[in-house]
Amino acid sequence: MMRVEVGTIEQLPKRLGKCVRIGALELALFRTGEDRVYAVENRCPHKGGDLSQGIVSGEYVFCPLHDWKICLRDGQAQAPDEGCVKTYRVAVEDGCVYVEL
Amino acid sequence: MKRKLVLIGNGMAGVRCIEEILKLDREAFEITIFGSEPHPNYNRILLSKVLQGDTSIDEITLNSWEWYERNGIRLFAGETVTEVDSERRLVRTDRGRVVEYDELIFATGSNPFILPVPGADLPGVTAFRDIQDCERMIEYAKTYKKAAVIGGGLLGLEAARGLLNLGMDVDVIHIFDYLMERQLDPTASKLLQRELEKQGMNFLLRKETAELFGNGRVEGVRFKDGTSIAADLVVMAVGIRPNVELARKSGIEVNRGIVVNDYLETSVPHIYAVGECAEHRGVVYGLVAPLYEQGKVLAQAICGRKGKPYEGSVVSTQLKVSGVDVFSAGEFMDVEGTESIKLYDEARSVYKKVVVREGKIVGAVLFGDTSEGRKLFDMIQRGDSLEALSLSLLTPASSGGKGSLVAAMADTDVVCGCNGVTKGAICQAIAEHGLKTVAEVRDYTNASRSCGGCKGLVAELLEHMLGEEANRYTVKETICGCTDLSREEVLEAIEQRRLMTVKEVMSVLGWKNEEGCSKCRPALNYYLGMLYPGEYDEEAESLFVNERLHANIQADGTYSVVPRIYGGVTTAEQLRNIADVAEKYNVPMIKITGGQRIDLLGVKKEDLPRIWADLGMPSGYAYAKALRTVKTCVGKQFCRFGTQDSTGLGIRMEQTFERLKTPHKVKMAVSACPRNCAESGIKDVGIVGVEGGWEIYVGGNGGTHLRAADLLCTVKTEDEVIEMTGAFLQYYRESAHYLERTSKWVERVGLEHIREVLFDVETRRALLERLHKALSATKDPWRDIVENERLQQMLFRDIGDKEPVPVE
Ligand code: SRM
Ligand SMILES: Cc1cc2nc3c(=O)[nH]c(=O)nc-3n(C[C@H](O)[C@H](O)[C@H](O)COP(=O)(O)OP(=O)(O)OC[C@H]3O[C@@H](n4cnc5c(N)ncnc54)[C@H](O)[C@@H]3O)c2cc1C
Ligand code: SF4
Ligand code: FES
Repeated sequence: MMRVEVGTIEQLPKRLGKCVRIGALELALFRTGEDRVYAVENRCPHKGGDLSQGIVSGEYVFCPLHDWKICLRDGQAQAPDEGCVKTYRVAVEDGCVYVEL
Repeated sequence: MKRKLVLIGNGMAGVRCIEEILKLDREAFEITIFGSEPHPNYNRILLSKVLQGDTSIDEITLNSWEWYERNGIRLFAGETVTEVDSERRLVRTDRGRVVEYDELIFATGSNPFILPVPGADLPGVTAFRDIQDCERMIEYAKTYKKAAVIGGGLLGLEAARGLLNLGMDVDVIHIFDYLMERQLDPTASKLLQRELEKQGMNFLLRKETAELFGNGRVEGVRFKDGTSIAADLVVMAVGIRPNVELARKSGIEVNRGIVVNDYLETSVPHIYAVGECAEHRGVVYGLVAPLYEQGKVLAQAICGRKGKPYEGSVVSTQLKVSGVDVFSAGEFMDVEGTESIKLYDEARSVYKKVVVREGKIVGAVLFGDTSEGRKLFDMIQRGDSLEALSLSLLTPASSGGKGSLVAAMADTDVVCGCNGVTKGAICQAIAEHGLKTVAEVRDYTNASRSCGGCKGLVAELLEHMLGEEANRYTVKETICGCTDLSREEVLEAIEQRRLMTVKEVMSVLGWKNEEGCSKCRPALNYYLGMLYPGEYDEEAESLFVNERLHANIQADGTYSVVPRIYGGVTTAEQLRNIADVAEKYNVPMIKITGGQRIDLLGVKKEDLPRIWADLGMPSGYAYAKALRTVKTCVGKQFCRFGTQDSTGLGIRMEQTFERLKTPHKVKMAVSACPRNCAESGIKDVGIVGVEGGWEIYVGGNGGTHLRAADLLCTVKTEDEVIEMTGAFLQYYRESAHYLERTSKWVERVGLEHIREVLFDVETRRALLERLHKALSATKDPWRDIVENERLQQMLFRDIGDKEPVPVE
């Protein structure tokens, strides 16, 4: 398993996504209104939209390109749309945010 | 301080006008009402029903004592104003009371006309005008048997029907040879007479009354031809006279009625007249529908919001006698220059006539089946052409046809003629307030509150709505799935409770999704910004990416940059500058847009603030729900056809309105002649220069749903263009749904309505004031971000590249 330190919690404003690149991989990081942090692959299952720039509501993000609603917990696109993005486990320790690959 | 408003006459027209005033501005006036009758305002029309035994006197009260109290109105019932001093602005009453006024309304109604014949003052002779008359007749009927009604018009026939119901024998005396000659043509009149005879009335036609005789009380009527009849009760229903004595005495110009202009102003400043006592353009009306229209106009005028003037009314009549259906409206007589279409079914006693003048429907008479009366009345008022008349209107009603009549009515068709309430308004009220009974509909909409003739239609509508068609009206347009509230309800709550953030709105109003969604969050953000200009700070996390980053996101996650090029006019230096910046940042595509400016496409998010700084140009808002471009044509400076300086005006408009947030994007154009090279006809606001002025078009759209713009008005100067456009934009900002383009909005609220709002000087001034407040709170967002390191960090910079570290 790999673990990546992707930054501090202060770098993640609430309900505004941030993008981080790890080699060829691009992740979207979100800190929700309830202060939970999620990481998903930053490619919308529809047409590859930049999810990090979507509107965040609860544990969902709305893709900025065509408004698909993606669940941050399991990566599932919500009905009527179908598809899934890969999700990654996140740990926050002493204000540092780690993603497990 | 509140102005003092005094109303003389506590009757139907006057009190309705007060209701309209309260609706417009509850706080403007301290209101005092004088009424000679010892009752609160009641429904005079229904006296006929009281006499006929269908209704009790208690049931006809329109405004209860408590209503006056609740609205802070001082009512002096049973007190008559005897003197008006317009110099000192005060009135005096028969009880010696003196009250000052700033504004004074005469609504003294009319007096029944009593024939000046010997014996007219004998006990047992009465008019039919008020509660007292009605009580008197009911009392008489208890002891006496023989009644005579003088007058075969509406009032006389309704009285006669009532007296029959009270168990009296009734003779109806009429001077002409057919009944209701002012409302019916001879054919309909004869059918009516036949029907009423069947009901038990006895008619004495072409009889002129010479005297009433009797010893101590009336015992009979003698006619000029020497014949006579016996009568214990004589009802005079020969007409009414406007009650103008007080006005005349006070030095107000009086003709048949108190002379008023189109705003119901009399010849004396601060004195108005409304109702049956008023004479407008030579006409005195004796039915409530026109009086209520007058009341509305007067209310606006007196509240300082002069809107549409009162220009007179077409009236329609219905006789309130059960078992008889007659209807007439407009010019119903066959005279020189008219033609008519008639249907006469003698066997079933159905007669229908539509009168046409120069191809237009101008009048109608219906007997036996009046179900299409309202529909015809609408057509007459609109001046529809004959082609609009479907022949089925004239065919005999089939037994099952009634239900389909309400269904077939358009939403704009009037159901209640007295109060001018449309089918659409009733359906909406039913849907919104879950109304179940005719009485509830009456209380919410006023429909059937006056003569009650439309009760049947309202009942049918209810049935219809609560059944099959309910869905059409019950689907309320909510903001999104997160709430059951409509835009209007949310806005009202925001203002009333002074909610200041998106979050607050959602939690106070019980949003189903605690944090909303991609539809309501940007919408709420817009509404809050519109309601609290300068006070509300946009919430970045509630904005769609384009508006958050002030650039258009592209399919590949890059962005585009479109700087302002006012009116599409640029300079060599500006072009050079743009070219240099494009080169410096390796912009993959430079494109001339359809909006007459330059688009730098494929810019990385992190580069945006730097590019903006290097360009040093303001944002073109190509990404926003705001003013986009003002497209212009060459104009008279160069073009051989140009009549006006279109580029100059276009630049000025873009500079005036740039940065203004709107419910959806707004595009404008200015062309210098009707050839319209700037495509003004498909813009939200399109200006076309003509010789000596400018035409202003609104509601055009060149996008998904092509729509040609409507001509709003023509003005003379550039200043007027700016003013009208500003007022239009502000009204759009305030009343459109978020994401509703002007094309949809204009269709929804109606061009006429928009005109009414914008053409009213006061309203326009207020709109412009609010517009300027909103405009002055804006600043260029690019510059703002360029100067704000924190914003750049928060919105434009990502975390960057990270190395994975293996863990055991
Ligand atoms: C750049 C431009 C095309 C061009 O290269 O010429 C353009 C580009 C886009 N248009 Fe447009 N429209 C452009 C002129 C138009 C015009 C023509 C005009 O304005 O004269 C129209 C039809 C006129 C109208 O709006 O009435 C037009 C009707 C639309 C619509 C449909 C709007 C509608 O109400 O039906 C959309 C979709 C929307 O806004 O929801 C749209 C949306 C878009 C978006 C913003 C798509 C999006 O939401 O991301 C495109 C962004 C591309 C980009 O990244 O820059 N664009 N678009 C034009 C920019 C003009 C400018 O300088 O600002
Ligand atoms: C029996 C009957 C049936 C009718 N049926 C219909 C119908 O079916 N449809 C229809 O549209 N219309 C109908 N009308 C006509 C309708 O009622 C009138 O048009 C309407 O009431 C006029 O309203 P107004 O306010 O002008 O006058 P009113 O309602 O008469 O009010 C005037 C009031 O002012 C008071 N007043 C007068 N002078 C003074 C003073 N100096 N000081 C204090 N108070 C004063 C009077 O006492 C009166 O109460 C009917 C009328 C009658 C009598
Ligand atoms: S028409 Fe407009 S929205 Fe459609 S692809 Fe072209 S630029 Fe994009
Ligand atoms: S790419 Fe995300 S919705 Fe289309």
